[in-house]
Amino acid sequence: MDAVTEAFRLIIALDADLFEILWLSIRVSVIALAISAVISLPLGTWLAITEFPGRKFCILLLNALMGMPPVVVGLMVYLLLSRSGPLGWLGLLYTPTAMIIAQVVLITPIIAALSNQVIENLHQEYSDTFYSMGVTGRRAVVAYLVDARYALTTCILAGFGRAIAEVGAVIIVGGNIDHLTRVMTTAIALETSKGNLSLALSLGTVLLALSLLVNSLVIGVREYAAKRQYA
Amino acid sequence: MNTLRSANMPNPLLPIRISNLRLIKGDRAVLAGVNLMIDEPGITVFMGPNGAGKTLLLRCLHGLINPDQGQITLGDLTVADSRDQQAMVFQHPVLLRRTALQNLAFAAPGIARSEPQRLIEALESVHLADRADQPARMLSGGEQQRLALARALLSKPALLLLDEATASLDPASVQVIEALVKAQSTQGTKVILVSHDQGQARRLADDVVFISAGQAAERSPANQFFIAPQTPAAKAYLAGELLL
Amino acid sequence: MKPFLVFVVLAFSAHTQADTIIVQSTTSTQNSGLYDYLLPILKKDTGIQANIVAVGTGQAINNARRCDGDLLLVHARSAEETFVADGYGEYRRDLMYNDFVIVGPKADPANVAGARDVTDALQRIRQAGAKFASRGDDSGTHKKERSLWQEAAIDPVAGSGQWYLETGSGMGATLNTGVGLGAYVLTDRATWMSFANKQDSTILFEGAPPLFNQYGVIPVSAAKCPNVNREAAETFARWLLSETGQAAIAAYQVDGKQLFFPNANDRLNSSIELK
Repeated sequence: MDAVTEAFRLIIALDADLFEILWLSIRVSVIALAISAVISLPLGTWLAITEFPGRKFCILLLNALMGMPPVVVGLMVYLLLSRSGPLGWLGLLYTPTAMIIAQVVLITPIIAALSNQVIENLHQEYSDTFYSMGVTGRRAVVAYLVDARYALTTCILAGFGRAIAEVGAVIIVGGNIDHLTRVMTTAIALETSKGNLSLALSLGTVLLALSLLVNSLVIGVREYAAKRQYA
Repeated sequence: MNTLRSANMPNPLLPIRISNLRLIKGDRAVLAGVNLMIDEPGITVFMGPNGAGKTLLLRCLHGLINPDQGQITLGDLTVADSRDQQAMVFQHPVLLRRTALQNLAFAAPGIARSEPQRLIEALESVHLADRADQPARMLSGGEQQRLALARALLSKPALLLLDEATASLDPASVQVIEALVKAQSTQGTKVILVSHDQGQARRLADDVVFISAGQAAERSPANQFFIAPQTPAAKAYLAGELLL
Repeated sequence: MKPFLVFVVLAFSAHTQADTIIVQSTTSTQNSGLYDYLLPILKKDTGIQANIVAVGTGQAINNARRCDGDLLLVHARSAEETFVADGYGEYRRDLMYNDFVIVGPKADPANVAGARDVTDALQRIRQAGAKFASRGDDSGTHKKERSLWQEAAIDPVAGSGQWYLETGSGMGATLNTGVGLGAYVLTDRATWMSFANKQDSTILFEGAPPLFNQYGVIPVSAAKCPNVNREAAETFARWLLSETGQAAIAAYQVDGKQLFFPNANDRLNSSIELK
């Protein structure tokens, strides 16, 4: 209960550090989500509706990548962006951009695999009709994405949840630098390591409140959709 | 897009020739060498007991199923090459999760761009003009099937296939659909429909193909078929005795 | 898609600014709040923005070997000297010191408080079968701890998972584990003093010469790492070693107690008497 009180105190006091960290968390995860969605939704859809040798393997791979530990993703992106790595010349390590890249790598398989399942279900319903209407290729992908838009919110939400709650990858590639790459989760990790457990817990409560807010928004959207038989 | 056809213009997809068409499912030949030629315009009704292969044959014509053996030609064309001149209405209409009007616009983006008025007319033709902005899947079953028919007709197909399209619909919708199908056929569209409804077949059919045990058992003009079917199987079917 | 990516890259790329450096650092200097105190003064004096990546000393040195830092601030002298000898560091200077302490439950089941010296203290822990939580992460503190076990002629790894618990984590996480299990822990004094989750644990052994903890500062070599911000790193290092920087380090206190003792100019720092 102390943590909740403390969380409210921080929010009400408009604690500048808290808002800076919270805002960076949101910014990084939302941008990562936007980039990832642009890649993963068409990819998941295309895999659901296109027959080619190796398709099953691709889907299997996506599902396996869903379980990839964030630390491993962080390590891979770190080695890539390290000044002695292949992309070192970009100078991106220990920047929010590096964190965005890591989160994109982390959540793209998740959104792609989940959306693949959603679209596969829709494809069973639509395939004959689309075939009959001659809807194929890019036009079909777009149509599936538009028609599954409300069902896909769940997939996107899963990606956002993973991104905003994840600490292992962003702490490696971001470095948890104060006022530069410190986000909610790395701040929680830091406060925990300083033994400030109640502060860490209240930061966690703020993160939980954010998650509640986002989830209720999505539930609202889905209820609207269900009323119109769009879900 | 096709140009408007009239009854006296030759239909490019006629004659339809089906020769020795075989389709195996498991160890059963569900289509066991269908031979059939349809050269007349108008409305052909596929009749026959459940499981005889009517729907499968229709799906082969549309290219939804590739047969294991045999050949189909429509005019000079293969199934694949004729597909953009075909349209099909399924037993259960599948409408997109959009409004009624948007469903039509999606099916015919060219028309939606250049002649949007035609979409409204299409809705009017199935008495759905006042439902244009309703979510399509909120419509009743009959309304949904009417919308599906309007959608199928947007491309002015040379061949219209209907797979038990009016089964279990409200009488008003059945009437609207039958009238529109009939009007379409008089404008030159070849119509093939699968139906279990003898009343509907009597009302619409110019000729009947009786399908039994995976074969086209009989093809007769409609008036002759209902009065004097030539095969014992058709006789039994019409008498309501043949179930499978 | 591409313009968007470029936008993202530009919007967040803070790296190339001339007055910004990355410091690969040990955790104790961050967890104790030293940087929060020092960096604003540094910024005012030199205009340099130092971005601190606080990881264990071992990881900090490895990151710097991959050129992912402009300056190294750690506490493991021999590893630091190897780093410089391998050409990755321009030079190494003593910066400041404090000391390690052994903390444990107030009840002190191994009676560490009564030990004559560090070796005795560790032997008491082993003989009492008491639990000991180790960093196990190749950090400066971990290196020190291993050398102390060696001097005590005990191979703790043989009891790993039984009485010797290697957390493989930072100092803070290891203290949380130790406090939670009532285990003994070797920690630097600064981290312990600013650690907020002490619960029933307290300092039981301190003040022995082997517990001396020297911090060093090393600018990363521009020859090995051409991307390094050599100039700003040098400015920062000089500032830390200057009278101003040293005075600032000495002035930092937690609960009225000084945590770090500057000794950049002391040639005899290894023989300094601890309080």
